[in-house]
Amino acid sequence: MRVLSGGTGWKGIVGQLAFAGLLAWLVSDIVINARANLQAQHIASGFGFLSGTAGFSVNQALIRYSEADTYLRVFEVGLLNTLLVSIIGIVFATLIGFAVALGRLSPNWLLARLSEGYVEIIRNLPLLFQLLFWYLAVLAALPNPRQSLSVFGLAFLNNRGFVVPHVVPEQGASVFVVAILAAIAASLAMTVYARRRLYKSGERLRVWPLALVLLAGLPLLSTILFGAPVSLDFPALRGFNFAGGTRVTPELVALAIALSTYTAAFIAEIVRGGLLAVPKGQMEAGASLGLSRPAILRLVIIPQAMRLILPPLTNQYLNLTKNSSLAVAIGYPDLFSVFAGTALSQTGQAVEIIAMTMAVYLAISLVTSALMNLYGWHLDRSQRA
Amino acid sequence: MSGDDTTFVRETLAPARKAPVVTTGLVGFLRTRLFNSPFNIALTLVSAVLAWLVLEPTVRFLFVDAVWTGTDRNACLASNAGHPVGACWPFIQAKFTQLIYGFYPEDQRWRANLTFALGALLLAPLLVPRLPGKILNAGLFFIAFPFVAFFLLRGGGLNGFAFYWLVELFGVAWKPSLTRFWLDFSLTAAFGMALMILLGGGWRNGRRAGIVTALTFAGIALVIETLHLDQGGLPVVDTRQWGGLLVTLVVSITGIVASMPIGIALALGRTSQIPLLRIFSVAFIEFWRGVPLITVLFFATYMLPLFLPGDFTIDALVRVLVGIALFAGAYNAEVIRGGLLAIPRGQREAANALGLSYWKTTGLIVLPQALRHVIPALVNSFIALFKDTTLVLIVAIFDLLGQLRAAFADPTWATPTTLFTGFAFTGIIYWVGCFAMSRYSLFVERRLNAHRRT
Repeated sequence: MRVLSGGTGWKGIVGQLAFAGLLAWLVSDIVINARANLQAQHIASGFGFLSGTAGFSVNQALIRYSEADTYLRVFEVGLLNTLLVSIIGIVFATLIGFAVALGRLSPNWLLARLSEGYVEIIRNLPLLFQLLFWYLAVLAALPNPRQSLSVFGLAFLNNRGFVVPHVVPEQGASVFVVAILAAIAASLAMTVYARRRLYKSGERLRVWPLALVLLAGLPLLSTILFGAPVSLDFPALRGFNFAGGTRVTPELVALAIALSTYTAAFIAEIVRGGLLAVPKGQMEAGASLGLSRPAILRLVIIPQAMRLILPPLTNQYLNLTKNSSLAVAIGYPDLFSVFAGTALSQTGQAVEIIAMTMAVYLAISLVTSALMNLYGWHLDRSQRA
Repeated sequence: MSGDDTTFVRETLAPARKAPVVTTGLVGFLRTRLFNSPFNIALTLVSAVLAWLVLEPTVRFLFVDAVWTGTDRNACLASNAGHPVGACWPFIQAKFTQLIYGFYPEDQRWRANLTFALGALLLAPLLVPRLPGKILNAGLFFIAFPFVAFFLLRGGGLNGFAFYWLVELFGVAWKPSLTRFWLDFSLTAAFGMALMILLGGGWRNGRRAGIVTALTFAGIALVIETLHLDQGGLPVVDTRQWGGLLVTLVVSITGIVASMPIGIALALGRTSQIPLLRIFSVAFIEFWRGVPLITVLFFATYMLPLFLPGDFTIDALVRVLVGIALFAGAYNAEVIRGGLLAIPRGQREAANALGLSYWKTTGLIVLPQALRHVIPALVNSFIALFKDTTLVLIVAIFDLLGQLRAAFADPTWATPTTLFTGFAFTGIIYWVGCFAMSRYSLFVERRLNAHRRT
């Protein structure tokens, strides 16, 4: 009773009932209206449309896709494209963000001002503005394929996109992957063993030369025994365009650049804040214990800063994933663009399609937040212990 | 000291130490911050090259190589200008009114200008913490200004007030006339005053509230008289004709104003003791925060009309505003909740001990403190909102960026540098807006934390 009423007695219960009634009335009203409107427009509700033929092409698909495929397939293609650009964006945003943060904290005045300028300019311009800038102004101003900007003759940048060598898996590929995984596993095991040994006996084992030999040697061995894992198909100029190689569309390039540079500005501020928040005494304490400067950073400062950095950092990753839906403005075939854009305008199933699209983003957000909460709970526990 | 003498007295002066490295002035600055180690020297050189590579072309593009006058693209072609062409400023001059007002009719533009001026006039004193009358000022800006701006920008008049609406609700035809209009107005005003006095606790305590209501209605009457709202008001300008910076400002200011009450309500709901309210608020907030703004805009554009009765249509701009207000409201709710949680429990307990009700405790004690605490964070979320308004171009509403994109399509101005010129101009507008807000947020933050500074 007390829990139900929130400790406010009958007044609370009555208030809640009234609120629930209002909500129920609103929802039923919406449902009735929507049903009537859909009927008036002769749109069948339900998810039956998903098995219908899409009939439009998508200019970038990670899985096999043709115009004869269903809307469900379109959904999958779009989802994979969203994940692709998000992952590329997250990797580059993290790299640029950490670099800019270190630049801003650098004792070098010029570098610090430059990094600050980067953050202040990028952070105060709308993302869509930057996206259109990269796509319409910068990438479109690149030369045509015949005058491509060449990157060491291996990859080519032009106004039709970025052409890179195509990686073709060969016979030895599976063995090669196994070799790499085995090397990584063995190195990790050795590191763990060395740390245990250090904590137990205070004896420091040097692991990294052995790990390096393993990491380089095992794949090399597999290559020698089973042949090269991949062969590269180099792009070559034929006529007016490139033959061979893989073409990364200009849309993907523009979206990846805009998302990673924009998010990097926010990540830089988060990382800087986290590093500055570790009290100066921690560094001095580390120094008085005789740790070297890199060791202080690695063992004392970064673990404490990470604790502050990680939650907002994850938030930025989520923002980046959500912002990747801006792809619709330049026609990159992400989930939103092909599904809530093209598929919606073709089928008119606004309710189902927007609900599905929202559900995907919502699921990504909620799962990530749940993991973050779990991490926070774990931190709390380990701090108390 | 016995026996052998171990004391030591220096007989000659110690040699003078080398003068310490200068750490002040320009030389000291160069020595300590730029050239103090080989690594730092390398960093400095690399940074200098980088800065030069960025700054030199920018300045060259914006000023040195820029073309300042002309009537069409010919002025901005390198072959006619006689030098490599940078920014093509005549393009901006030609498109300026479009970028600012969209297709707002030329003879009515004074209305947009007047709205801008009014907004600036009300906002400026609100931002200066030292000026008095914050409540009146905030009321004028957050409540009165949106209504005035609506009638100024869109035009149109009023048929009546509370009684008119009541009559309409019951489906009785109402023949608008001046006498009826003012009768309705006076009745509504009298009723409002009576209600305020009653709610304020009778004549003795509620007198003040009554007087404030009367003054409010007097203000409303003044606005009605000046804009002739009783006689149909200004000619209607359809929102489809609005565009450019005007739409950007309308969307962001409406978003800011409308998201505040939503944010406060949701924050109170989330911190409330009542389970149903709390669950609803949490679900609502997490839902809007978990989806991208574009899906919200699509939701507002395509799904909202489905939810309303068939004969009821809403303007495309209003639909988008609803979506943005809900979206921004959810974000503001989390910011405000942070402020609510930062208020010590004792404040609420003390208010309870004085016998204040929940609403009085919240409205008079907790919220004012909480909101003051979170002004910087709120300003930051307004910056995000201001930047996010660009997304409306995806649902075919021509804000500043949308107008810019439309201007690019004009073949009279198609030159290699038109795109960069357009982006430079709009970029400066967006940047100045966001940067000013972020500096203001820093300023308020420093002011609020003044007592903590060491």
